[in-house]
Amino acid sequence: MSPLPTRRALLTGASAMAAAAILGGCDRLGNAGWFKRTLKTGEDANLFVQRLLLTERTLAPEFAEADISLVFKPNGTEDPPDKAYKALARGKFAKYHLEVGGLVDAPYKLSLADLRKLPSRTQVTRHDCVEGWSAIGKWTGVPLADLLTRAKLKPQARYVVFHCADTMDQGEDDGGADIAQDEGSEKVAPAGNANPAMTKQSGGGESRKDSGGQQASEGAAACGGSPIRYYESIDLVDAFHPQSILAYEMNGKELPVANGAPLRLRVERNLGYKQAKYVMRIEVVESLAGIGEGKGGYWEDQGYAWYAGI
Amino acid sequence: MFRHPVVIRVTHWLNAICLLVLLMSGLQIFNAHPALYWGKASTFDKPLMSVASTEDDPPKGVTTVLGHGFETTGWLGSSAGADGEAADRGFPSWATLPSDQDLTGGRSWHFFFAWAFVLNGLAYLLYGLLSGQLRFRVIPSRDQIRNFGASMWEHLTLRFPQGDEAKRYNVIQKLTYLIVLFVLLPVQVLAGLAMSPAMDAAFPFLLTLFDGRQSARTIHFVVAALLFLFVVVHVALVLLSGFWNNMRGMLTGWFVIERKVEPVVAAVEPRP
Repeated sequence: MSPLPTRRALLTGASAMAAAAILGGCDRLGNAGWFKRTLKTGEDANLFVQRLLLTERTLAPEFAEADISLVFKPNGTEDPPDKAYKALARGKFAKYHLEVGGLVDAPYKLSLADLRKLPSRTQVTRHDCVEGWSAIGKWTGVPLADLLTRAKLKPQARYVVFHCADTMDQGEDDGGADIAQDEGSEKVAPAGNANPAMTKQSGGGESRKDSGGQQASEGAAACGGSPIRYYESIDLVDAFHPQSILAYEMNGKELPVANGAPLRLRVERNLGYKQAKYVMRIEVVESLAGIGEGKGGYWEDQGYAWYAGI
Repeated sequence: MFRHPVVIRVTHWLNAICLLVLLMSGLQIFNAHPALYWGKASTFDKPLMSVASTEDDPPKGVTTVLGHGFETTGWLGSSAGADGEAADRGFPSWATLPSDQDLTGGRSWHFFFAWAFVLNGLAYLLYGLLSGQLRFRVIPSRDQIRNFGASMWEHLTLRFPQGDEAKRYNVIQKLTYLIVLFVLLPVQVLAGLAMSPAMDAAFPFLLTLFDGRQSARTIHFVVAALLFLFVVVHVALVLLSGFWNNMRGMLTGWFVIERKVEPVVAAVEPRP
């Protein structure tokens, strides 16, 4: 008598059970803080290696006009619900001003008309959404480097934060976010000073999020909610990259509302969620701890990697 | 005989874990935009392949390949989630890591294990080259190439070599490992890198090589499927050719060679 059938049945049963146990175990592991931080070292390695491979002036591929996508798929906010924004849009953004401030010696405001008078750059580049799709578009705008140089960055400047017009959440926990900010800037700032390579800092943000979350629910009871609008941040390497522009034109026409009118960031060499739309204010900061929940962007605070080169 | 040195055994199992995690987290990432295209950018109106769900109640899953639609409810497009409720998703919950829809979680798993996979693979290659194991394992010898037809027949009829012939991999095993090691895996890594906008800036030839980022994404998906097929056949053959002996071989290194040799065509071929 061959023992094979029972052995096979045993094996099949055991593998099915093992598979289910492994799957459940992986989900639980994936939710454990220490394991999340371990996994995150993969993304830290991406940043480290890509920064070694790319010089500050390595350009993202540029394409021919013939390659431009027929439809440049808008994603995320396509029509900001905010009253203030709607009023600006109705007036064709004649009353729009870009504000540049934070850790700069010469903060300023510029109207859209003034921005258009500045030297511009036009580039046909590929937009890669974190979801996996790509679209090619032609962008014309002001090099971010010019705008930052004009504002005269203070020596401690590390990051450039983009504050946008579009509300993402009605933000019951906004009061809590403020508390998290105060708390975070104390805890995380030393890491930021010690290591401008950011990787440690995000790790610090991770552990802080838990306490921030608790604070948030307490804070919400005390304070009234105010909306959370889109925000993003890049470091100075990306900010001073020649292809980093604030675009006011797409495919040779005024930037449509769906794609971020009147002004959106193009930071090629990065995924789509870095390309902030509806940019209202640029803030230069030393640490991301005080921005949102401290991870440097709306999506970053939802768990996405701050570095989006891959 | 002592068949598998410790480095090969360790890298083998690490590789197995990496491939499984990369496959499942890769399907999670695919689910964020379950469609494939050819070229530099996405042609949303005409994907090569897409997975979607219908408006019906309950929704049906429909997979479209090169314009031909198939109903794939329960597998692709619409399937029960962890809670048992039918949900719109590309690959089903049990095939993805994490099991819920979680793109950023999938990316974290994928990148960490991609690094582990590459480092582990380099360790294997380095050891294999220095020890001579790689050459012994994957380069077919002259007599094996001469007997290619006979080996193919033996393989197809699932007659596994015994005696001396079982001490080395047969020609089909060697060619398969050669293709996996030096074609599929490198292509898979390069296609993965070609999807990174920063890597495309550093190495624009990646885009030339794959005819654009969206083609690279499609190739990454197809090669993942081929690697999955390789693993399925590999595991099936492990089961068929003596599961416990094979497992002992890959766990302890010791593999039993059956001595009662029935003269098989390839085994009696005189060595030069």
